[in-house]
Amino acid sequence: MANRRSSIAAGDALKQAVLLFSAFLALVPTLFMIMTALKSEEEYSIDKLGLPNRLVIENFRAVLVDSPFLSWMGNSIIMVLGSVLLSTVVSCLGAYAIACMEFKGRHGLLALSTSLMAVPPVVMIVPLFVLYTRLDLISTYQGAIIIYAGLITPFSVYLLATFFRTVPKELFESARLDGAGHFLILRKIVLPLSLPAIMTLIVVNSLYVWNDLLIAIIFLQDDAKRTLMAGISVFQGRYNDQVPLTMAGMVIASAPMLILYIVFQKHFIRGLMAGAIK
Amino acid sequence: MTRAQSSRVAPYLYVLPLVALLLFVFGYPLVRIFEFSFKMVRGIDGPWIGLRNYELILSQSLFWEAVLHNLQLLLAIPAMVVISLLVSVLLYERIAGWRFYRIIVFVPYVLAIPIIAVVMKRMFQFNGPVNEILRWLSLDFMALDWIGSSDVALWTVIILIVWRESALGIILFLARLLSLDESMIEAAKLEGASWWQRVWYIILPQMRGVIEFYVVVSVITMLAAVFAYVFIIGGGRGGPGTSTVVIEFYIFNALIRTSLPGIASAASVLLFLVSVLLIFPMFRARRRAREEEA
Repeated sequence: MANRRSSIAAGDALKQAVLLFSAFLALVPTLFMIMTALKSEEEYSIDKLGLPNRLVIENFRAVLVDSPFLSWMGNSIIMVLGSVLLSTVVSCLGAYAIACMEFKGRHGLLALSTSLMAVPPVVMIVPLFVLYTRLDLISTYQGAIIIYAGLITPFSVYLLATFFRTVPKELFESARLDGAGHFLILRKIVLPLSLPAIMTLIVVNSLYVWNDLLIAIIFLQDDAKRTLMAGISVFQGRYNDQVPLTMAGMVIASAPMLILYIVFQKHFIRGLMAGAIK
Repeated sequence: MTRAQSSRVAPYLYVLPLVALLLFVFGYPLVRIFEFSFKMVRGIDGPWIGLRNYELILSQSLFWEAVLHNLQLLLAIPAMVVISLLVSVLLYERIAGWRFYRIIVFVPYVLAIPIIAVVMKRMFQFNGPVNEILRWLSLDFMALDWIGSSDVALWTVIILIVWRESALGIILFLARLLSLDESMIEAAKLEGASWWQRVWYIILPQMRGVIEFYVVVSVITMLAAVFAYVFIIGGGRGGPGTSTVVIEFYIFNALIRTSLPGIASAASVLLFLVSVLLIFPMFRARRRAREEEA
């Protein structure tokens, strides 16, 4: 018995060790990025692994002053707000009709919309690029927002339609008897009950738009319209040899999402776990 | 308009914006890539040229090299599955501190791919910290030119992909594990089943669906959603040489750098057809994953 207990203890220690090691690996790039950003170029060239001797803030100042990081970030925020808002409104209306109203083609529409989730975004870019060139929509906010909104919408509709179906039918019936129209029911009954699903959507979709590089690099080519992700791909090439400076840029670029993640852990974790099944 | 009439029209008004948006962002391009792929497009349109675009790309070695690179990326998937399973099962056992570990192992999925790629690119530089550690461990033969050598660069991309995409696997698997019926596992424990036996005979069989789903989603990712990784690691050129060129990059190049929308469309059509083939297994796997949970 004692033997067995000690083997359990050894097993637990091994499991702890595996988790600790995995957590360490998951954090290494973040730690490297932060530590290196606080070193001077000279210090990094001598010591790549150790803790910074004395904290150097200069790199952060240089990034913020000499590179348009804040304006890139502003553009990314505009993209996220615009496309997530547009997609959420469009998807709420559509998913409500699909889940709660009778009409021809509702099942077909949901199946079609859902299957679009498996179509890679890169397949859509050629005709949209040609069309946007003709319509002068390249490097415009509205042009890119529509594309992002479209790309995230199939997932939004799928998630919302699934969720709206779980709202008890009696609630509708009594509201209808009181003379409430569909729009009122959607606004006053269905949406408040679906807040968790909508939070999930906002988390998953914002992450997608904020992190995207492909659409940003093709449809927002103007320096003034660049998003953060497109911006850092230019930035890192320009300062190829200045590792601490580059890392300061990456710390600034990753800060918004990391801070949101730490503050809203619960929503993120729930959102990621629900969104993963998409 | 009477009430009955309005309620017949109303649903269509509700889905109208949705249909319009999907038609614009998916419908229009999907029709147009087929049309463009048979045309010599200059600027916005051009004459029909039959199958010439397809003949051209299928006879181009760069195209096949790109295809091969995408297929090589599939090698990341077995590693991703094993790592995700191991970590998610350990988290599920609620080892001391599991909530804390859970927050940390999700971090790779929260960080943007371009940021991670820039950081890893610096870590894997020839005179960077990774090689410094390898030399310090007397593993000099492992201290490769991870980014600058055309034999190694794609493997570095694979390491990066495994590192990040495993986080998605952990998220998915943990979600499934938390919905398992624990009584069977408890019973097995009382019967004296070892950890391996419990995982192998009780937990894994119940996770078939979600593992299948993760594999199919990952196949789609490896074939058609790795642009951000290779764009940064390959320095925007698929380099060194052409060693990190994948299909997405081939399309990007044909469209933006050489301005040949016809060629880019033909490659898009081929990629689209492959993704259509994958839609059915994806739906089947998702259905099975959800049935398991119910």
